[in-house]
Amino acid sequence: MERSDIMTTNESCVTAPVTKKVDVVIIGGGPAGMAAAVSAYKSGVTDILILERDERLGGILNQCIHQGFGLHKFKEELTGPEYAGRYIKEVLELGIPFKTGAMVTDVTADRIVTYKSEDEGEVSIVAGAVILAMGARERSRGQLNIPGTRPQGVYTAGTAQRYVNVKGYMPGRRIVILGSGDIGLIMARRMTLEGAKVMAVCELMPYSGGLARNIAQCLNDFDIPLLLSHTVTDIHGKKRITGVTISAVDGNRNPIPGTEQYIECDTLLLSCGLLPENELSKKAGVALSPVTGGAIVNDRRETSVPGIFSCGNVLHIHDLVDYVSDEGELCGIFASEFVKDNRGTNRPSEAVSSEAVKSDEASSEAVTSEAVKSEAVTYEEASSGAIAVVPEGIVRYSVPMTITQTARDVKIFFRVSRSASDVTVTAASGNEVLCSVRKKRVAPGEMENITIKADRLKTAAGEIRLFITEKEVS
Amino acid sequence: MADMTCIICPVGCSLTALKDENGVIKVTGNACPRGAKYAEAELTNPVRTLTDIVKLTNRDVMLSVKSNAPIPKSLLLEAAAILSTVNAAAPVKTGDVIVKDILGTGADIVATKDVD
Repeated sequence: MERSDIMTTNESCVTAPVTKKVDVVIIGGGPAGMAAAVSAYKSGVTDILILERDERLGGILNQCIHQGFGLHKFKEELTGPEYAGRYIKEVLELGIPFKTGAMVTDVTADRIVTYKSEDEGEVSIVAGAVILAMGARERSRGQLNIPGTRPQGVYTAGTAQRYVNVKGYMPGRRIVILGSGDIGLIMARRMTLEGAKVMAVCELMPYSGGLARNIAQCLNDFDIPLLLSHTVTDIHGKKRITGVTISAVDGNRNPIPGTEQYIECDTLLLSCGLLPENELSKKAGVALSPVTGGAIVNDRRETSVPGIFSCGNVLHIHDLVDYVSDEGELCGIFASEFVKDNRGTNRPSEAVSSEAVKSDEASSEAVTSEAVKSEAVTYEEASSGAIAVVPEGIVRYSVPMTITQTARDVKIFFRVSRSASDVTVTAASGNEVLCSVRKKRVAPGEMENITIKADRLKTAAGEIRLFITEKEVS
Repeated sequence: MADMTCIICPVGCSLTALKDENGVIKVTGNACPRGAKYAEAELTNPVRTLTDIVKLTNRDVMLSVKSNAPIPKSLLLEAAAILSTVNAAAPVKTGDVIVKDILGTGADIVATKDVD
């Protein structure tokens, strides 16, 4: 699209005048956004802008001062700030432009990104491609519908983590934690090391949502009780929280009368799951999955809106930042390819699939004749012929949801709805098994993945079913 | 005999460590050699890496730090109590030593982020 076209189409809009044009705009400077930026840059698109609303790059890693990041990516255990530091260094060394203190307020389907900052006021940018990397938010008390009074002292675990680790404030001294997700477990240890007493961690489900090693090193190391199948049924206190009532729950997660216990506390931390933060995605008209809460994407991590990509926790909640970075890298590669296509340059040859389609109607003016001759796959056409990935049985969801090419291996990430042991994970199309992997154990709290090799992918006829078969109990 | 969860990586193997009459420790359930080493250490001298924060006197953010080697598990709370009294000042670079040889463990407390 020519610049003049954009100015014309935007004239009647209420958004700020478009003042800039940037090839790849990345919303969010956390691990997903930084990895996307670095990989887009290395893929040959250097006109990038990372927009970050915080005062510094790094996202949530800045407050995750504990260790355990980077085992896959860097083959060593790093703390959150160290992991972020590796990417910040790379962003700085490559000279990738970023702007902190910039709050994105709007994204449109034609990729106009509007942000506000103290020094520039409101600015709109026309982006060649947009990468959504806004991360997630924690489920709040309001979303959990916990009965009781509304005193001070009820925080999400991540809020408390920021207070303690970044700002140096202690939220309280006698703590109850609801939810045994990783952040809750990590915070149980953090608060203990800071001299607080963690009375208990209550988990509604009969199993913890966190990693087994975090139960060992965060709770067991400090003799903090984990109460499974328990929840908070009342919050007490007028100005400040003075205690909570906890109850055991039955198989349907309903509190069992007569099991109530009062625990005195001055702080209640909530670690009850993360929700992808897709307010901006919705504004752009991106279709969201009711299961993941994130965008519906193809294997290029491209959303239902052409040229808008999504990666990291805004796409689906990850357990490990290493996979967030991987996903960011994929996004960066494909967003830069999208930009190059629409500029009319040739796509890298390895990206050209055997079923390549030969023109791009949506942006035909921008595609040069050379590009047409090179049999470039265009996104609009590729996704119309996309292969759907259909999760079945205990497979709750998959990312990606569709596959647009058969020239490259595709790694499919998924989660299960319940635990199972000695299982076989299978991806099949028709009667053809494309990939089958045995796993010792799958659990809802742990994201799994399988890779379909390109040569097997080519044999796919229609949709790919993803399912799990359990070894029969003898 | 001791059952434990390996904390070396996110897989979190369930380990069982058995000590025979000669004092030799046999570990099962581990998917990699690091698990065996971990279980042995848990029975003899359990160690952990400490991650914490210290105050920066000239900035409004805290400085994240860690022990650059694991320290005995029994010293975690004591070491953390010491760090809550320690002050540092920016600029600091990742890896800068903030406290040398914490509690005589041989491990240094080092910065885990850059603060300009």
